[in-house]
Amino acid sequence: MQMNPTVSTTVQAAPRAGGPLAGRIARVLMMIVIVALMVLPFLWMLSTSLKSQQYILQTTPQLIPNPLTFESYTGLAERIDLGRTFFNSLFVAVVGTAGQIVISSMSAYAFARLQWQGRNAVFLLYLMTMMIPAVVMVIPQFILVRSLGWMNSYAALIVPGLFSAFGTFLLRQAFMGIPKDFEEAAFVDGANHFTIFWRIIMPLSTPSLATLGVFSFMGYWNNYLYPLFVARQEDVVTLPIALATLQAGPRALTEWNMVMAGAVITVLPILVAYLLAQRWFVSGAISSGIKG
Amino acid sequence: MSWNSGIHKWKWVALFLLPGLFGLSLFVLYPILSSFWLAFQDWNLLRPPEFIGLGNFQELMGDRDFWRALGYTLTFILMYVPVVFVLGLALALFLNQKARGMLIVRASSFLPVVASWVVVSLIWKWIFNPQYGLINYGLGVLGIQGPAWLFEPQTAVYAMVITSVWKDVGYIALLYLGGLQNISESYYEAARIDGATRWRVMRHITLPLLTPTMFFVTITLLINYFQMFEQVWLMPMRDSAADRQVEVIVTEVVKNAFSYSRMGYASAMSWVLFVLIFAITIVQLRLQKRWVYYESAE
Repeated sequence: MQMNPTVSTTVQAAPRAGGPLAGRIARVLMMIVIVALMVLPFLWMLSTSLKSQQYILQTTPQLIPNPLTFESYTGLAERIDLGRTFFNSLFVAVVGTAGQIVISSMSAYAFARLQWQGRNAVFLLYLMTMMIPAVVMVIPQFILVRSLGWMNSYAALIVPGLFSAFGTFLLRQAFMGIPKDFEEAAFVDGANHFTIFWRIIMPLSTPSLATLGVFSFMGYWNNYLYPLFVARQEDVVTLPIALATLQAGPRALTEWNMVMAGAVITVLPILVAYLLAQRWFVSGAISSGIKG
Repeated sequence: MSWNSGIHKWKWVALFLLPGLFGLSLFVLYPILSSFWLAFQDWNLLRPPEFIGLGNFQELMGDRDFWRALGYTLTFILMYVPVVFVLGLALALFLNQKARGMLIVRASSFLPVVASWVVVSLIWKWIFNPQYGLINYGLGVLGIQGPAWLFEPQTAVYAMVITSVWKDVGYIALLYLGGLQNISESYYEAARIDGATRWRVMRHITLPLLTPTMFFVTITLLINYFQMFEQVWLMPMRDSAADRQVEVIVTEVVKNAFSYSRMGYASAMSWVLFVLIFAITIVQLRLQKRWVYYESAE
């Protein structure tokens, strides 16, 4: 990759041969190439989903669908209950996110703002669970869900994810950064811990809560490995599972327009949400970087 | 102070902590412990579990499928990690320039990070379609006969590495951007006063001060790619040579657990994966003294 290694505009190094104009043109070209590489696969997905079967099987691919048709979407709706599957994904993600925020923020308050014996030991336990790879958890969680009689239920999809130590860890960091002055004044005025938590700590932590919210929503919305084994039935199945089944399962499709229609439905909500709230997605994704 | 002492204090601790701690114990700690216990059992979900000591681990040593999966995992890591490490850095240096429209470039390089692995796998599976896919069309335009990609093990690995780099490069660039923005402007001013060339600034200021970020990136990449799953599970064409041969550790665990109902054996394998990740992270932490430069240590 040929690119200008300038780190900061304040560094005025000796001008290179070719001059600044050539450099600027090269930079604009590079910008176009990067955007094209990142966006084109998504456009190709959208374009494929809007073609009929005979037009996707052409040796010369056409980027703009002509004729444009929604038949892949209607065809897909005949195979899977799209409304129900979409609702399942949304319901699991919204309830899971809300639950994770409530539980993590309460636990974080106990670790950041309450003094008690054994606090550090218990927190260390939380940290240690974060080191365990997801795949170690999948088998016993599956067995647990099965013995609780939760197979193919919303509870199986939502509940185990609520208690990941990561949210507690993230919010504890945020809560510890809030000065104690406010709450000391409030205690003198007769406030209790619940008031402090709800009226002072939570409002002052909205950036971290938003980060956790987006992290959690993305996790639930995109999750595949775990739901694959606990929720296969159509009344609870989520979009990624239903979508993957289209291509990988026994009913594997070769109608790529339908597969791409499913991909559009799965990815569009999260892409739109990302474009509306980029900042939180960036912080949420950075936090979620390490699988666990 | 009454809110901070005795029974009253524990009442608050219980109120705030217990819901989370109870859930963590049941849905996280208990599964971890039972998975560890399972690793020493033979259990097919039907009969009661039977203790077999180190039997699972002994079997693992001689299991050619496991070694093949480990081999593919390492192959993926050896191909993917250096590429995404360098491209991520290059992208970050590029995005760090102040120029009109750069925010759009930054936003678009992050789109694949937000999309789910299932969607990304399927999009690229279609792009790598040998007959009707974009890649082989592009190669055809250049006069090259494109390979069968996701049908053959070797080319399938390349396809999956390309897909993974596309998905993750924006994320890695973002980690580097954070590191770049932490470098104090005063270093660059000093360099300018000394009349340093761009290359020297890069070589002697930017890169050394970025080594802590590079270290974090390396650890993140290794931890994540020892656990790679979705692309390998979803991308190879059904019943092709690639589908039969290309396995990584996590797909092998999943197959043993959910296709063959060998819960104990699969658990043992997942713990071997944990030990591998743990050991490699420890080695990294040891090695960092040799190449990571911490400002505060000066």
